[in-house]
Amino acid sequence: MVAGKFSAGYGTDGGNSLALLEVHNLRKDFPVRKGLFSGTRGSIRAVDGVDFELREGETLGLVGESGCGKTTVARCLLRLIEPTEGEVLFEGEDLLKMDREALRKVRARFQIIFQDPYSSLNPRMNVGEIIAEPLRNHTRSSRGEIRDRVCFLMEKVGLHPEQARRYPHEFSGGQRQRIGIARALALNPRVIICDEPVSALDVSIQAQVINLLVQLQEEMGLSYLFIAHDLSVVEHISNRVAVMYLGRIVELATDQELYRNPQHPYTQALLSAVPVPDPEVQQRRIVLQGDVPSPLNPPSGCGFHTRCPERIDLCTNEVPAFRDLGNGHWAACHLR
Amino acid sequence: MTEKKKSNELQSYWSGNRELRRRWAKLRRNKAALFGGVLILIYLFTALFGPILYPGNPSAPNLIRSLETPSRQHPLGTDELGRSILGRIVHGSRVSLLIAIGVVSLGLLLGVPLGLVSGYYGGKVDFGIQRITDTMLAFPGFLLALALVAVLGVGLKNTVISVGISMVPIYIRLVRGCVLSVREQVYVEAARALGTRDVAILMRHILPNVMVPITVQTSLGMGTAILFAAGLGFLGVGVQPPTPEWGAMLGSGRAYLFHAPHVATFPGIAIFLAVLGFNLSGDGLREALDPRFKL
Repeated sequence: MVAGKFSAGYGTDGGNSLALLEVHNLRKDFPVRKGLFSGTRGSIRAVDGVDFELREGETLGLVGESGCGKTTVARCLLRLIEPTEGEVLFEGEDLLKMDREALRKVRARFQIIFQDPYSSLNPRMNVGEIIAEPLRNHTRSSRGEIRDRVCFLMEKVGLHPEQARRYPHEFSGGQRQRIGIARALALNPRVIICDEPVSALDVSIQAQVINLLVQLQEEMGLSYLFIAHDLSVVEHISNRVAVMYLGRIVELATDQELYRNPQHPYTQALLSAVPVPDPEVQQRRIVLQGDVPSPLNPPSGCGFHTRCPERIDLCTNEVPAFRDLGNGHWAACHLR
Repeated sequence: MTEKKKSNELQSYWSGNRELRRRWAKLRRNKAALFGGVLILIYLFTALFGPILYPGNPSAPNLIRSLETPSRQHPLGTDELGRSILGRIVHGSRVSLLIAIGVVSLGLLLGVPLGLVSGYYGGKVDFGIQRITDTMLAFPGFLLALALVAVLGVGLKNTVISVGISMVPIYIRLVRGCVLSVREQVYVEAARALGTRDVAILMRHILPNVMVPITVQTSLGMGTAILFAAGLGFLGVGVQPPTPEWGAMLGSGRAYLFHAPHVATFPGIAIFLAVLGFNLSGDGLREALDPRFKL
């Protein structure tokens, strides 16, 4: 597939800003071994043909329930795990074809913030060292320059530069996540993957961190791929939202369109579960039957047909195409 | 001035020393470890200041006074050549310390990098290193050292090399196991995402987080090294006479075990106390440093 200027523009509302990151047909299989001496028994298809693009300055939300492959997508994009196949074009270059050194250099402009602020910081390094690490990796700055930059970054994310000598265990969860953000910002990246950056935090702290991310985006022109399972958080921060189910994106639209006019039955069920803070509103809650099928043995046809309230015969046989329903609203469902 | 002092105190209080201090407090409460530490201190003191404590050549024979029982002049008696046993133990402590340090350094120098590489990279490199390690661990440690001496020959240098190499697989296994768990930590993944090179990841992120078990093993390894070296000396294939070496002294005293038991007993006690010291403090360190033993 020729990428870049000819790309379809999944779920965009006709805007013509340039795609910074394009993902085509991304797949990741995890082999499942039987025993010590036998070969592989099969594989878990964690990510099964994901396509999307991320445009300059926007936030693309990626939602879905636990185990649907959101985090696997994030790790595949940065090649923290190797995808089985697909294309990841960052600024027009395919990351999956790069050698180690080229990839290392690209990572300066393509960063990630991790879910768990407790395990993502080395307990034996102090905060100054943690934030300085990307600078030491990618620049030839002097000690003084690095120190100035670390102080600047700490202030930027709302930490006191005097705390640079402290160790991660002396900070609260929200502060630790700010350290993680400062580290990701160190080299002025263009794209940051936020892998559930607030789901490990208290609700009161979540808003602070989200607001910080929004503010940084405005100041530094960042693009976010914002992964979450909390729909209200995603609605607050995203320009567009993609919904994942069993390793596939089932729906993708601008956030207003998606929340007001969900097309895919899964998205409808998901949104009906979001509580509305108004006692007058009568909600019609769609309760899905059954569990998420095992990715070890995924259902035929549409991955959602085992639980779909609107299932027709076609759904069990044929995988629905991911189609543009007009207005930049994409969905993978035979009935739409 | 007091202001500055106070802020300094606050600084050190906050910069991670609190954790260290609690560990140290825990170590101090452990009576066995403390006793081990005292033994090590005595041992180190003896080794460092031996020639001052007991001047003269400990190997000069004086056949007229052979096999004397303890007296004022020779507090631990004399051996078959009339040499003071105390003097030889004091000078022998230098030899055994030298061996222990050499052995442990060799073990660390070869074992730690190989363990790091093996655990971090995995795959074929790991497979290769681990099969060699398996082969070496299949031999009882002392037998391996003995076999190496058979190849290399006797003497101080070869004792260090053979005992050191026989300890390398222990370090490889230990470090590899720890690396396998640290490697999966999110902060290691984060470092890769930040574009940190492998060498820097190993040095900055992995090594500092596997230092605790290495430290413990180093203390235990010193004891084992002294014991192995003494074993080789006892069999007559370690450090050669007339150098005063505890194992060799034990070996030569064995012939007089019935009518002059002190000749073999006192070097034996010296070996026992030195090894005991390192083992007790090693166990204490493990208890104090292992995060699984919660404070």
